[in-house]
Amino acid sequence: MKKYLKTHEWAELNGKIATVGISNHAQEQLGDVVYVNLPEVGKTVKAGEVFCSVESVKSASDVYAPVSGKIKEVNKALESTPELINKSAEGDGWIAKIEVSNPKEFDNLLDKDAYDKFVKDSE
Amino acid sequence: MELKKTPLWSEHKRLGAKMVEFGGWEMPLQYTSIIEEHKTVRESAGIFDVSHMGEILVEGPDTLRFVDKLITNSVSKLKNGEICYSPMCYENATIVDDLLAYRFSETKVLLVVNASNTDKDYEWIISQKHGYNVNVKNLSKDYAQIAFQGPKAEQILKKISGVDLSKISFYTFTLGQINGINCIVSRTGYTGEDGFEMYFQPDAAVALWRKLIEIGGKEVKPCGLGSRDTLRFEATYMLYGNDIDDTTTPLEAGLGWTVDFTKPTFNGKEVLLRQKENGVSKRLRGFEIDGGIARHGYEIFDGEKKIGHITSGTKSPTLNKSLALGYVENQYSKIGSEVLVDVHGKKVKATVVKTPFYRGSVKSK
Repeated sequence: MKKYLKTHEWAELNGKIATVGISNHAQEQLGDVVYVNLPEVGKTVKAGEVFCSVESVKSASDVYAPVSGKIKEVNKALESTPELINKSAEGDGWIAKIEVSNPKEFDNLLDKDAYDKFVKDSE
Repeated sequence: MELKKTPLWSEHKRLGAKMVEFGGWEMPLQYTSIIEEHKTVRESAGIFDVSHMGEILVEGPDTLRFVDKLITNSVSKLKNGEICYSPMCYENATIVDDLLAYRFSETKVLLVVNASNTDKDYEWIISQKHGYNVNVKNLSKDYAQIAFQGPKAEQILKKISGVDLSKISFYTFTLGQINGINCIVSRTGYTGEDGFEMYFQPDAAVALWRKLIEIGGKEVKPCGLGSRDTLRFEATYMLYGNDIDDTTTPLEAGLGWTVDFTKPTFNGKEVLLRQKENGVSKRLRGFEIDGGIARHGYEIFDGEKKIGHITSGTKSPTLNKSLALGYVENQYSKIGSEVLVDVHGKKVKATVVKTPFYRGSVKSK
């Protein structure tokens, strides 16, 4: 089940590995994504901290880590086809897989309904 | 402060545009996708609402002499019906704004200026008119403006044009009817493609906008400020506030071709003459960035030494490369020079390349 941050990232836990990316709402707001500054594999990230950036034609946007842990894998396809994020932000356009150090952090994230409501209320 | 709206604001909303603040105006950033809109202009034609641009009219017996004092280019050397692009400088040769000067006659010139600078420009122009017999009016509220740009612009616009568009050569204008309304029609633009800019009464804007979309069919898209910026960037047209401002001179920006040193006097002449003789210390250059995207304000280095800054940058939709404009110390300005740009704390390689990055269908004189 996907969970969300108010800063518009998502994470989905599968065993110890969380797949993370930016929300569909975030990609709509960004417009055409032209570059993804992927994090380094092996790097340790902390929940709530910037761990990479996504660039649209107009601007660069920081991406916050939804959970703490170690980067196990990054989505190499984004290097040549960053527009995958526009086509499928919450699917093929995932950014990284993180080996989570504290699965409890997931409890702090929003479920889809709460996130959708947050997006709607902030419009 | 409430944002200003152009007469086409409701059309943008109706088309579902993403709106942004720009220079005090609420303007469309994009309707569908910046890249799609960009490509439509390069391949066929796009329609832009540029009604936010300012129009300042100079009239009176000393018009040519006065405008020639204000700008670095020369309206005295134009014929009636011709246009020139020019920076307008302070006495220290830094730039107040860049503009188009439309010469109607010896006693009438219309200056088209950047939206966000209109009030500043008007005040500056008024402050300069002592001793000149001219009348200066800010007519910005009286004009809506639509730019119709792209290699197919002429053949499409022809369908609703009461004037022979083929007779309007590059950087000239005529008065005539488009869609049955009186317009100033010029073959000018800010995209690097052939095309026209039309100035007319604001209450005719919606009808003309809709007509252009109708007759354009699949070949025409409404385009927002996002693609306007990427298009002008590829063509290496200056964006005031990014690439030029009140800390840069026309010679530093590579706009020497717009400076007419044969004029007896103009604001900034002494400083520009000195720069011409002694050389400039910094120079605006194009860069190809090796990894990441360099944006306005990013710093340029030679090793640890800061040698300049980026003024504009994006991934070029046409060339599919990460490109940027920026000022570097003169010694690094040779084509092929390699420098470093700090992109999110990482120093990436950047190479000085020739500009313009891209030449479109734009005509030459």
